[in-house]
Amino acid sequence: MDTVQLTIDNKPVVVKKGITVLEAATSAGVHIPTLCHMKLDDLNIENKPGGCRICVVEVEGRRNLAPACCTEVAEGMVVNSHSIRVINARQTVLELILSDHPADCLICAKSGNCELQDMAHQLGIREIHYKGEQSTYREDTSPAIIRDVDKCIMCRRCEMMCNEVQTVGVLSAINRGFNAVVSPAFEMNLDHSVCTYCGQCVAVCPTGALTEVDQTAHVVRALSDPDKTVIVQTAPAVRAALGEEFGLEPGTLVTGKMVSALRRLGFDYVFDTDFGADLTIMEEGTEMLNRLSRFLEGDESVKLPILTSCCPAWVKFFEHQFPQLKDIPSTARSPQQMFGSIAKTYFAEKMGVERDNLIVVSIMPCVAKKYECGRDEFKVDGNPDVDYAITTRELANLIKLANISFDRLPNEDFDMPLGESTGAAVIFGTTGGVIEAAVRTAYELYTKKPLPKLDFHELRGMDGIRQATIDFAGFPLKIGIAHGLGNARRLLEKIESGESEFHAIEIMSCPGGCIGGGGQPYHHGNAEILKKRQMALYQEDSNKKIRKSHENPFIIQLYEEFLEKPMSEKAHHLLHTKYFDRT
Amino acid sequence: MPKIKLAENTIQIIKDICSEFNHSEGELINVLHKVQHTLGYLPAEVQEVIARELKTSVAKVYGVVTFYSFFTMVPKGEFPISICMGTACYVRGAEQVLSEFKRQLKVEVGESTGDGKFSLNCLRCVGACGLAPVVMVGEKVFGRVSPTQVKQIIAEYREGCATEPAKSA
Repeated sequence: MDTVQLTIDNKPVVVKKGITVLEAATSAGVHIPTLCHMKLDDLNIENKPGGCRICVVEVEGRRNLAPACCTEVAEGMVVNSHSIRVINARQTVLELILSDHPADCLICAKSGNCELQDMAHQLGIREIHYKGEQSTYREDTSPAIIRDVDKCIMCRRCEMMCNEVQTVGVLSAINRGFNAVVSPAFEMNLDHSVCTYCGQCVAVCPTGALTEVDQTAHVVRALSDPDKTVIVQTAPAVRAALGEEFGLEPGTLVTGKMVSALRRLGFDYVFDTDFGADLTIMEEGTEMLNRLSRFLEGDESVKLPILTSCCPAWVKFFEHQFPQLKDIPSTARSPQQMFGSIAKTYFAEKMGVERDNLIVVSIMPCVAKKYECGRDEFKVDGNPDVDYAITTRELANLIKLANISFDRLPNEDFDMPLGESTGAAVIFGTTGGVIEAAVRTAYELYTKKPLPKLDFHELRGMDGIRQATIDFAGFPLKIGIAHGLGNARRLLEKIESGESEFHAIEIMSCPGGCIGGGGQPYHHGNAEILKKRQMALYQEDSNKKIRKSHENPFIIQLYEEFLEKPMSEKAHHLLHTKYFDRT
Repeated sequence: MPKIKLAENTIQIIKDICSEFNHSEGELINVLHKVQHTLGYLPAEVQEVIARELKTSVAKVYGVVTFYSFFTMVPKGEFPISICMGTACYVRGAEQVLSEFKRQLKVEVGESTGDGKFSLNCLRCVGACGLAPVVMVGEKVFGRVSPTQVKQIIAEYREGCATEPAKSA
């Protein structure tokens, strides 16, 4: 390995050739502040426009200050990260950014989680010496995401996520100079664009320019209405991240505390989206086996590979970008929507509650779920199967609002019947998890033999595109996995060109899967947090007594009492959906 | 924004220009130049075709179109009038010349007259600072323009522009 020796803040360091001054400083324990720069290690995600100039350092022999994030190390370089010249420049740069930023921190949705606010604190800004005009722009509200461009500092992280990582291409910098903003084409609103609401722009925005549509007030109102029965479902990825909002170490599982917090908030029944996930596996797994056996019997009308359909951003992505493939994804609804549909039929009937008096709230790691539950095909006479979808972050806010000491909560269990779930459902929250859960069930249904092992390590990991072949009692089942919509696009293009052949493919829109969703506690560029959440889900899976969806006793009961069998006419009506060409 | 439907042959023209530049995203600016030169302007629908042909996003194309003042999304007049607002022209009274054009034509900067004859725009330095303030009508450069000459310049073009305008440089 070629190395370079340099001096950073009087300390000699030896680093790999080709890295940046910022990376060299970090390895030497010198924390150079950054604002626009963001790097998610192992996910191949980096934003490095060198635009904000907060990370400038003094390099001996160089006339001007150098941005550490995009200056390569050189042999013998002498770097000073906190000379008076550097500190003055950094403060001036920040004051100039703040001079065109609304000073409404007290009431901003991002307050306490804002990287700009933190920077002002870190650099000790007590006065903004530059007074001038402030740029203003209309606010753009969509079903899931709010753009408040006045708070944008043009770091371009959202643009990088939207274009390079997700290849959705909605956001771009437009206009010039003081008038420059990040916007969809022709300054249209997000809901007119091809935005998938994946929320990765929200996940990386350092300020309050991009936030989720906050629905906590609706939930509070429903909870205080004596005429309503309010039930809640929690997505698998939430339990692996919610603790972070209360100062717990990333990767701490808080399933039991989350359940007791929800009960204290006043929900009548605390259920689990994991139940919906087990149901998804029954339907999607059966659909997969149907298609597969017809294919093996030589039926040429069968479309393979089958693609998962749990992720609403992915669904909207292919409806806009690959409408020619809209017959390939499974018709199975997502776990959120399966849960809602069953709750407002089977459960409502069982409890003797009128549909209109049953409110279903879901806690999601995702902002696209807000959009999904508003889709017309998931409503009956205008009444949605899921009334409100709030994010992990919004749930944390609700818990704080209700004066609940999260760390002192006891561990409690979900209510039955819609709270029972298996290990297979828990791993729905991570990339690779849905397909592993499907394989566990499909294998046993197909071979009629018990699985020799439950853990499919070949399906796990963080690589953007993965493939594996699973031995289905002699039949090699080829599986593909992609997370991040850019990776999904690459995989779909390989299939269209005939370069790759798969039988089944899992796609999740967010890097890492739902654990990295746009509604999760902010990772602030630390990819380690995502890995810890992933490990937590696999741990919860191995702790579970039942780890295969088809063995969930309440799923079995649901089919016996209500749905008859997977893919029955009733199941079709309640648990499956169709897709639209949105071009 | 009202949608316009592009004629088949217009789409073909755009596609041909994109082919000329090998459908390369890196040639976006050149493609936009040539398409604008051919069609006169770059409405949204044209940008959509270009984005599709170059396999890039419409937002990116729109970003470039709005970044460079040369590109326009509204049709220019038969005689596009540009007033230089570069430093030299500005200090020698370009702003007064501009207001006179606005007053005479009853349009704002970036707009065209109702009859489609004239459009009014500003630009930055045409490299003829010695002739400041400079006005361009089409490809023709007028130097040392004073507000009192504005009416005459417009009249010459409005009447068919048969003769060479007296003050052209």
